[in-house]
Amino acid sequence: MSSPVLAVVRRSPVNGIAVLGLALLLGVLASLTLGSNPIPPAQVVQALIDPARDTGAVVWGSRVPRTLMGILVGFSLGIAGAVMQGQTGNPLADPGLFGVSSGASLAVVLGAYLGFSSMTASLFLAMAGALIASVLVFTIATLSRDLANPVPLAIAGTAVTALLNSVISFLVLTNQSSLEAYRVWVVGSLSGRELDGLFPAFVLASVGVGLALANARSLNSLTLGTELAQGLGESLWRARLVGLGAITLTTASAVALAGPIGFIGLTAPHIGRALVGGNHVRLLPASGLIGAVTLLVCDAVGRVIGGGQAEVPVGVVLATLGGIAFVAIVRRTKLAAM
Amino acid sequence: MTTSTLAAERVTLGYDSHLVFTDLNVSIAEGSVTTLIGANGCGKSTLLKAFGRLLPPSAGAVRLCGEPIRELSARAVARQLAILPQRPLTPAATTVRDLVMRGRHPHQSLLRPWSREDAALVDQAIEATGMTELADRDVNELSGGQLQRAWIALVLAQNTPVILLDEPTTFLDLSHQLEVLRLVRAINARQGSTIVMVLHDLSLAARYSDRLIVLHQGRVFADGEPWEVITPEVLATAFGLEALVIPDPASGRPLVVPLEPAESSERPSAVRSQTQVQQAS
Amino acid sequence: MSGRQGVDLGFIALPWRARLLLVTLACVAVVVTAFTFGIAAGSSRIGVGDVWTTLLGAGSRAFEFIVFELRLPRASAGLAVGLCLGMAGALTQTFSRNPLATPDILGVTAGASAGAVSAIVIGGGGYSVGASLLGVGIPVVATIGGLLAAALVYGLSWRQGVDSFRLILIGIGVTAILGGLTSFLLVRAQLTQVSAATQWLVGSLSGVSWASVWPMLVVLAVVTPIALSQSAPLEINQLGDEFSTGLGVAVQRHRLAVIVAAVVLTSAAVSAAGPVEFVAFVAPQVARRLARSSRPPLLASALVGAALVMVADVAARVAFGTEIPVGVVTALIGAPYLIWLITRKNREEHL
Repeated sequence: MSSPVLAVVRRSPVNGIAVLGLALLLGVLASLTLGSNPIPPAQVVQALIDPARDTGAVVWGSRVPRTLMGILVGFSLGIAGAVMQGQTGNPLADPGLFGVSSGASLAVVLGAYLGFSSMTASLFLAMAGALIASVLVFTIATLSRDLANPVPLAIAGTAVTALLNSVISFLVLTNQSSLEAYRVWVVGSLSGRELDGLFPAFVLASVGVGLALANARSLNSLTLGTELAQGLGESLWRARLVGLGAITLTTASAVALAGPIGFIGLTAPHIGRALVGGNHVRLLPASGLIGAVTLLVCDAVGRVIGGGQAEVPVGVVLATLGGIAFVAIVRRTKLAAM
Repeated sequence: MTTSTLAAERVTLGYDSHLVFTDLNVSIAEGSVTTLIGANGCGKSTLLKAFGRLLPPSAGAVRLCGEPIRELSARAVARQLAILPQRPLTPAATTVRDLVMRGRHPHQSLLRPWSREDAALVDQAIEATGMTELADRDVNELSGGQLQRAWIALVLAQNTPVILLDEPTTFLDLSHQLEVLRLVRAINARQGSTIVMVLHDLSLAARYSDRLIVLHQGRVFADGEPWEVITPEVLATAFGLEALVIPDPASGRPLVVPLEPAESSERPSAVRSQTQVQQAS
Repeated sequence: MSGRQGVDLGFIALPWRARLLLVTLACVAVVVTAFTFGIAAGSSRIGVGDVWTTLLGAGSRAFEFIVFELRLPRASAGLAVGLCLGMAGALTQTFSRNPLATPDILGVTAGASAGAVSAIVIGGGGYSVGASLLGVGIPVVATIGGLLAAALVYGLSWRQGVDSFRLILIGIGVTAILGGLTSFLLVRAQLTQVSAATQWLVGSLSGVSWASVWPMLVVLAVVTPIALSQSAPLEINQLGDEFSTGLGVAVQRHRLAVIVAAVVLTSAAVSAAGPVEFVAFVAPQVARRLARSSRPPLLASALVGAALVMVADVAARVAFGTEIPVGVVTALIGAPYLIWLITRKNREEHL
């Protein structure tokens, strides 16, 4: 990150959000224009206004859904990650920690095993799997009767995730069609969705984002320590429940659409913290925006590198480029340990 | 001339973003109790950390009994000098005794993991800080003040001639603050330990120190015995504080009485305060 | 932990850790039992007594064949893998002061996986784990990949010393990069290669031979004393880096020793059996809760890891109709046990 940009951003956190908003616009532009068949921006705008135009089919048929999906998935994962890290107080926490990604994946694999592999079917299966998994995790954490302490929650999540992953491995290794479905699914990709398929996920994600924003103040208190939070009038149970709901709904919709894309939920909050600070009222939207921008950029790169069938799935680009960028940022920034 | 146990010679200190001190010289005499005071951000803790080998100076040297501290091994330093930093991490599932036992680490080795002397010193340290009844309690269940005393016991168990304490009285109520400071003085009297502290409370610092060093704007602003240093002028400039300095009736040391802004041009009178009390009730 | 003072034996005195000692001994007993059952169980069952008589050299020829040629290498591999991963997990969780940390975050596992998958997809054909064709190839490539990745992570996080937090984040970044590359290979590969690679990635003890076991035993013999020598500094380091320096710990040197130990242990285990899921995470957590100590105890964690892997392997071989990889079962056993431990109301829980 160059220092002048950082200096502008640091002056006021609102600047941070503004910069990110700008980045998002650029990301959207990139997503709409780039690809194996690059379309100049002017034509894109024309196609958006008037879908009947020649490039309209490409733009509206595949680019727009992809872009919207990218924003939806990236934003959801970014926010989910920030809520997750705030709830657990653990900088290594990833939204997948609640078993949500694994639950979704297992549902999809089971579906393939049983013969359901259509797009819509996998969408609903994924959501159902995600929700069941997180309910399981929350129940276990509640059974430890220690909601004040985030450790049992994180550990319960890791345990359930590992459990679900091993069932997935079992199915995948013993059944070819499951393996085929799984290896494509697990990498994470934004391709192949239609606009109307996005709608249920969009609704769910919106509810999730709403819950997350509602949880923001509680998260601020929680990061001060649970005793202080309770002293400030927090109902721990409600704070945890709302947070869990937020994480589950956002991650479930993201995973259901695009597969278990990791990494964004883990890293976007760290970058967000460096840009706008630890106040969750600002951090949550910032994380979301960072997630969205990252995903759009990576998807565009994946399309540019390989076109059509040979396109590189966004999950791969994200992990590779995102990893490089993340390492570079960590090296240059003075990080605040949580 | 007293030998200097601990000395910062022409030291330039700071963090990545900014330098706190440039070309600073401070020396601490053996067997004295010195307190670093100053406004927030003046660098008291920074200097203490440099003394404690926690922050390397970018120029100059810190010397422990004449030797440059950087050239000594961590273990050798730890046998001579103990430091209680500001926000230590509290481990899980640890009793007070377990915690204090860790203070013996610099004196132990693979061949000699534990000895009677270690046990005795741990017991002494626990008793000296009044933690005997709490010795088997988990440290995570202690109150802020009790935990602070446990940390001090750990440092005491380390049994070093030099002890550095970074704000050891935070979280303590007044009676416990006094207990800790009296304990510090007792150790100094009994064992001749050299003690350097960072404290916020000026009156307590004056009462329990042999020497006060006021840090302000990257240099030593005032240095000397309490009565030399705690003056209204110093308080005004280095602390931005309008205050009176009167002799403490109990100890004879300087007592800082901050003034309310409206009264700064008049002396408070007993009659006036009584009226205020009547009006308030 | 009991607050009792040291045990004074005159010439040497030891700090008394009653519960830890008991737990460690109990773990040894469990490991021995699991080892015995590992050898006893299988398509032709051998009685427990016969196992030991055969091991001691007094068994029948048939038994000798089954025990020494078929069962012992596999049981030993399970033992060694579990010991390596359990100890590596304890080291990582302690130095990072984070219960969610596993040696994977140091980049080792991702490097080894990337190496192994490259070997399978680029180098191989339809090949199954452990076939003598590539039997030498994969472990070596995996080892090199793992060590290179870890060195990269350490090097990238050096900034006048290594801060554990920065190290972990960079480790996550590098793991992601290598994971992306590995996924890319899998997406492009043929289905048979994907199947073989997935098998390896899950962690499996089938087809391990003595050739894979010896390196692990050597590594354990060399690294365990080093790790134990870092035990006292690890305890002190829980108080924070500043306090550690104040108490005489050379923090950077100590941290490097711990990281190298964890990396080498993990590398050895992963090269032999693939990244066996979950062991490095759960063994230290279980050991810590059983011993009620402030950090995962090194030996007990190693033993719990060994017990877990061996029991899982027996279950994997025998309990299901066909043989399934041990990595699938370790989570199936380990996770519920850990969950049970959490839900038993346990007050000493502030990590």
